[in-house]
Amino acid sequence: MTLSPELRAALVERLTAMADDELVLGHRDSEWTGHAPILEEDIALANIAQDEIGHALLWLEARRELDGSDPDALAYRRSAGAWRNARLLELPKGDWAFTMLRQFLFDVFETELLARLQASACASVAEAAAKAAKEEVFHLRHSGLWLRRLAGGTEESATRLRSAMDRAWPYLPQLWQPLAGDAALTEAGILPDMAEVGAAALERVRAALTGSGLEPPEVPPNPGGRDRHGEDLVALLIDMQSVARADPEATAW
Amino acid sequence: MVRSARALTPEAVWTALQDVADPEIPVLSVVELGMVRAVVLEPPAAGGAAGARVRVDVTPTFAGCPAFHAISEAVRSRVSELGAAEVEVRRVLSPAWSSDDMTDTARTKLRAFGLAPPDPHGGLLLPALDAPVACPRCGSFDTELKNAFGSALCREIYTCRSCGEPFERFKPL
Repeated sequence: MTLSPELRAALVERLTAMADDELVLGHRDSEWTGHAPILEEDIALANIAQDEIGHALLWLEARRELDGSDPDALAYRRSAGAWRNARLLELPKGDWAFTMLRQFLFDVFETELLARLQASACASVAEAAAKAAKEEVFHLRHSGLWLRRLAGGTEESATRLRSAMDRAWPYLPQLWQPLAGDAALTEAGILPDMAEVGAAALERVRAALTGSGLEPPEVPPNPGGRDRHGEDLVALLIDMQSVARADPEATAW
Repeated sequence: MVRSARALTPEAVWTALQDVADPEIPVLSVVELGMVRAVVLEPPAAGGAAGARVRVDVTPTFAGCPAFHAISEAVRSRVSELGAAEVEVRRVLSPAWSSDDMTDTARTKLRAFGLAPPDPHGGLLLPALDAPVACPRCGSFDTELKNAFGSALCREIYTCRSCGEPFERFKPL
């Protein structure tokens, strides 16, 4: 479809937010590689991390079609102030309960978003959403099982899960907070109504928590825009971008 | 040996691509996996080099597949050997790859390789994930999922209660 300059700019912003969510979470997950509590989970989380990074590539490729930007440059040579990930995803990996709860919250949000995005009027966005949605099935099954396991496991696992909820909840609504250009994208049939995506995700999260015997906390007001980050993102980028920045002329990895 | 450009046909390209294997599953070619979506031959560019220009559309199995770059390069190199003047390998996403795109030969080869093949599911992914899986060694259905993730994005880990061996299944997708 032919996009007006305004819609094109809005879609670039939205795709960047989606890609940055995936890449930052994928990197946090990858920090468990070699350190997970058991070998099976080390393998599982490494796979999930790789999938999320693959999804970031889908969105950055879609952005490249719009503005000719280079996905590698955006991932490896962009400073923290220009990232548009939600803050929940940049928080340090924490313990296993926090890692699995955060993964679950993002998986639910992504599943609800992708389900609607497959009907996007923008063909390249709809195609990428259809691709990612199939892989997300595996993630949600995995993180959903862990939520139940942690809630119904030992006193310690339940306590850790409740602490993880306290840590994550203030950031939760930022996942689906609309960007400035989203309303126009929704009007044009390119993006679903993000408020509706958020409501559906929240309902699903509440049902999963209640089903695991947990009391879903009240959702606080939105913590602000995606242009605001903490020091955690800076530390993450120093680590993630170190190899690419060490040899900017490298043509093969 | 560089063959005459006149001999270049889509069929010849498809046949040649049977030689390109997925590095993570060396027994299967990218054609058997269903990753090659289209082969398009275009006449030589005016004033350009002799020989046809070839476009090959390839789709990734999983979006984050780390072998995809190597596979694209292998496809380009194999088609160049046929005498194409120019080879373009396009990454396409639609329709998204499904394990149903695998050929029957691919399933047989996977089983012989020790990897349980995904049964055709016609788009009903969730039932396919929970359906019984036969052990590729002894054929028993008395098997158990140990990990929904495995040594590559496309694999998951099972054990067979009958013969006691662990094995991997190529995930239904």
